[in-house]
Amino acid sequence: MIEVVNISKHFGTKLAVDNLSFTVKKGEVLGFLGPNGAGKSTTMRMVTGFLPPSSGDAKVCGISITENPYEAKTKIGYLPESAPLYNDMTVIGFLNFCANVRKLSGSAKNDAVEKAIETCFLTSVAHQSIDTLSKGYRHRTCLAQALLHDPEVLILDEPTDGLDPNQKYEVRQLIKRLGKDKAILFSTHILEEVEAACTRAVIVDRGRIVADGTPAELIAQAPNSSLTELFRKVTTTDTAA
Amino acid sequence: MNTLTIYLRELKSYFAQPTAYALIVIFVFLSLGLTFTFGAFMRTGDLSLFYFFFYHPWLYMLLAPAISMKLWADEQRNGTIELLGTFPVSTWSIIAGKFLAAATVSLVALLLTFPMVITVNFLGNPDNVAIISSYIGSFLVCCTFIAITMLVSAFTRDQVVCLIVSVTICTIMVLCGYEPVTTELAKATSPGTAEAVASLSVWSQFASLERGMFRLQDFIWFASFISISLIGTSTILSAKRA
Repeated sequence: MIEVVNISKHFGTKLAVDNLSFTVKKGEVLGFLGPNGAGKSTTMRMVTGFLPPSSGDAKVCGISITENPYEAKTKIGYLPESAPLYNDMTVIGFLNFCANVRKLSGSAKNDAVEKAIETCFLTSVAHQSIDTLSKGYRHRTCLAQALLHDPEVLILDEPTDGLDPNQKYEVRQLIKRLGKDKAILFSTHILEEVEAACTRAVIVDRGRIVADGTPAELIAQAPNSSLTELFRKVTTTDTAA
Repeated sequence: MNTLTIYLRELKSYFAQPTAYALIVIFVFLSLGLTFTFGAFMRTGDLSLFYFFFYHPWLYMLLAPAISMKLWADEQRNGTIELLGTFPVSTWSIIAGKFLAAATVSLVALLLTFPMVITVNFLGNPDNVAIISSYIGSFLVCCTFIAITMLVSAFTRDQVVCLIVSVTICTIMVLCGYEPVTTELAKATSPGTAEAVASLSVWSQFASLERGMFRLQDFIWFASFISISLIGTSTILSAKRA
């Protein structure tokens, strides 16, 4: 469902993503791990069509994001890293706007908005202005926007960032549940999340894949059977780089 | 369809905050206030609305940037540009929707000056065609300044920087065709240079519409300034991502 082929991204002379290739099939939840600045968000932004790749391509449900961005974008639900929202809108107003952009109308729109509100536990704040929401609610409102059109592919950039432990648990369960019939790519630096929610994980460092496998395979490779140790072994620290 | 969705969101956003109301009230108050004070509307005994429209470009050079400075600067600051960029919407629909929303706010402000039209019609028999064409000219001047501000807004995530730069550009566009300035410029340089500089100004186009003349060249002038600014906006936005 997601097919990334030799994708690279330069920002000036800096190489942010270096010839990255991976696939995510339907029913798979791929955890995208790596230290800060490894190129995770840049890769996701290229797959979602926000940033044009310097070279290479990404296909979503067989549709190239560079050749046919409009069609490809209809298949994707995306939660950006900072969960950006329009602060002057209410939660329901924002979701209605997103539904309109996604070409949903009439009862299909109302059902979709209602379902997204329920799935992301937003009922109590549905009519509240977004600028009065706490970080957890803001994050979930943005997640609701990504789920609205029931996309085949979900790309979530640090979906549990800033959530409390209960909310983190709920979101992981949600990812697991949705992952059964969708292709999900999500990034995180919380290694327990990999075991809790992913069917497969890749570790990225300085724009390249340095480890790839199911959580069990990665743990088997790891010194002391610890993902943290493996992560430390295969990635470079800021001070070393 | 998508342009309409973006347009409605932007328009609601204007009216959900005090921005639109403040700008509309200030425009109506100042445009009428200046007509009756510096424009000496009552003393001249003239039924034309020349002095009423005369102050519009001066007001727009400050107010049009204030209306439109947030259009892209805000999206870039809040990161919502990333949402828009991953929605199945073309950049052009977004640019058109935003431009039309800002233009609508200014149109509302302009239409709320209707008591002036009623007044002159009540007092006598004015040239209503010239009044209508002046309104069209005034609206086009505002749209030109909105488009220029949008272009500046695409460069920066800082609204204040956008406001300062756009006000400067719009002020230059008003001043470089203003008669006292062109006279001085012609003396200092050559009449040809002054004329060339004045062609960048909104005055001559606006002046012919104020006299009730619908000249194709004026509409082409406004349309080209607006479309160049909007194309520039689209180019800057794409260049920033590349």
